[in-house]
Amino acid sequence: MIQVTDLTKNYNETTVLNIPNLEIKQGQSLGLVGNNGAGKTTFFNLLLDLIEPTTGKITTNTIQVDKSEEWKQFTSSFIDESFLIGYLTPIEYFYFIGELRGQNKSDIDTFLLQFTEIFNDEILGKKKYLRDLSKGNQKKAGIVAALIGNPEVIILDEPFANLDPTTQIRLKKMLKELVDNKDVTVLISSHDLGHVTEVCERIVVLDKGNVIKDIQTSEATLKELETHFAL
Amino acid sequence: MIKHFINLEWKQFFRSPQWQKSIAIKILMGFFALYFIVVFLSLGVGIYYIIKKQMPNADPLQVVTDFLFYWMLGDLMMRFFLQKLPVMTVKPLLSLPIKRSQIVHYVLRKSALSFFSFLPLFAFIPFSLVLIKEGYDLKTVLTWFFTMISIVLILNYLNFIIESFSSKTSLSFLPMLVIAGSLFALNYFNIVSFSSLISSGIMAIVNNPILIAVPLLLLIGLYLYNFKLLESNLYIDGSVQTKIKEVNTSDLSWTNRFGDIAPFMQLDLKLLWRNKRSKSTLPMLAIGLLYGLFFYPNPAYQGKVWMYAFVGVFSTGIFLINFGQFIPAWDSSYYKMLMSQNFKYEKYLKSKFTLMTLSVIILFVLGIPYVYFGWKVLAAHFAAAIYNIGVNSHVIMYGGSFNRKKINLDEKAAFNYQGTGAVQWLIGIPLMIIPMALFALINWLVNFEMAIATLTIIGLIGIVFHQKLMTAITNKYLSVKYKMIEAFNQEN
Repeated sequence: MIQVTDLTKNYNETTVLNIPNLEIKQGQSLGLVGNNGAGKTTFFNLLLDLIEPTTGKITTNTIQVDKSEEWKQFTSSFIDESFLIGYLTPIEYFYFIGELRGQNKSDIDTFLLQFTEIFNDEILGKKKYLRDLSKGNQKKAGIVAALIGNPEVIILDEPFANLDPTTQIRLKKMLKELVDNKDVTVLISSHDLGHVTEVCERIVVLDKGNVIKDIQTSEATLKELETHFAL
Repeated sequence: MIKHFINLEWKQFFRSPQWQKSIAIKILMGFFALYFIVVFLSLGVGIYYIIKKQMPNADPLQVVTDFLFYWMLGDLMMRFFLQKLPVMTVKPLLSLPIKRSQIVHYVLRKSALSFFSFLPLFAFIPFSLVLIKEGYDLKTVLTWFFTMISIVLILNYLNFIIESFSSKTSLSFLPMLVIAGSLFALNYFNIVSFSSLISSGIMAIVNNPILIAVPLLLLIGLYLYNFKLLESNLYIDGSVQTKIKEVNTSDLSWTNRFGDIAPFMQLDLKLLWRNKRSKSTLPMLAIGLLYGLFFYPNPAYQGKVWMYAFVGVFSTGIFLINFGQFIPAWDSSYYKMLMSQNFKYEKYLKSKFTLMTLSVIILFVLGIPYVYFGWKVLAAHFAAAIYNIGVNSHVIMYGGSFNRKKINLDEKAAFNYQGTGAVQWLIGIPLMIIPMALFALINWLVNFEMAIATLTIIGLIGIVFHQKLMTAITNKYLSVKYKMIEAFNQEN
């Protein structure tokens, strides 16, 4: 599904990301962990063609992301709050994203029914603009918007941060369901080792832009990661 | 502490991503400043002798003082429209061990050092020197001079208060225009003679220097009022509390007839309506529309046919200029998201183009009553509208690809007055000057009909090649995509 080849990103003389080869199969769920500055967000930005690679390329479904825009049809993402349009209400935002992804209003209305619990009456029907919601509720709206339109690749940057415990648990459940669906490739980054090992089948550890671990998740993975980061 | 503040601002200026661009604008502004300095300087040196020549029996000091009311009114207007209030990013400073009062004092004092405070000195200093040279009493001249300085500072802080009130409403400058206009009218029709009131007040101070305490007390009062006003705004929830308003959703389904650009048009309309920063462009429409009324009835412009194109371009294109120049910066805060969504960039630009075209058509239609001033006016407005649609809209969208400055729609900072300064007007100049020059030239060389035809034909050519131009513009935007994303990612 996603093939990374000789990918590097330099800022001035410093290399912030260097991935010679990384293959992510369709339906796989990949967790990206690493300390601040490890290159997680840089990698996601490259994957979404928001920054230019210095060398190398990323292809999804054999489409090179910085050459063609066809990948946008099946990829969706939520990186940070700047993905939200502050002056829209959440429902207008969902409709807008829906329209870009070929979903009409009633599609969206049906789609949103499954999130009633997560929204906890704080997002829909509140007559508030997105910019006036709390950080946590903004994040909920952003993540839900990223699930609109049955994307095949979902990219979430630190989805668990800022969420309340209930939503973290619900989100985990939801992501697991997505992961069980073998058509959807999920990429998430997280600082919470517990959550990420629970959700993802595969964990990639980045350090200063390099892949230093690439593990299939097992019982021992959480321990292994904890020892690795406990330096 | 002051040293730290200055240091911070210095860094903010030189480390912002578009500083090279703002340097170019600053140079242009520099030329304007120089021009005004020269005008004021020559006025300061020459006015004494001009008055002596015109009115040999009058006392030049008295005559100048009589006219000060108009200068004060003009100065206040100029400050209101052109002077940017000193902006400082205060939020990170609030939790640091710095007294709030220190921050406010700094901002207020810095505002006094603005160009607009120095400009009048270029006239007052030489004028005072001339007065002394011509044998006026030193004490009289000095008292007069210091009264002037305190008036300059009073105007500075008065403007500060007016702006902080008017910035809370979206019709910000209309009250200002109304007040200034009615003051002027009251004075002009001699209902209340402010100019003689002010003149006799200043003369009283000159004759009795102890009275200078009055303007000084006024100045201190204004300063303290400003201080209180700003200090009470220095809480991060100061603006937040009033900000959460009930959403008013309006039915925008009529845009659906524009097909696949409808979602973007709805987004743009909401953008315009729901953000204070963009809402402030809407009252401009009224100004633009009524602009012709300043010109056409005025005997001084009677028969100046070459001005018609200028007024036409301005009044049908006011929205185009104000909205267009910030494409795509309007969407800067969520530009990353747009760039990862599945849509054709051309549709995004097409929506902006459609909106601007609609505005030109609507403004032209609303301006049809100008036919009262003759069919030539209407013909010129029509040609100007076509030119706006065919040429200016494309030019301004192409120019937008050079936009690297984020617009903060959320107005969270207490001192956020972005994009309300003189620069905003500079960008519109070539859009208006070029058609005007072209029109005037052909009108002069050939005749009025040919001039109208030329503007219309150029506009039509632009419309005919619309698709080609849009493709070129889209490619330009796509080629600078990464640079834009990076720049829009930076706060200020």
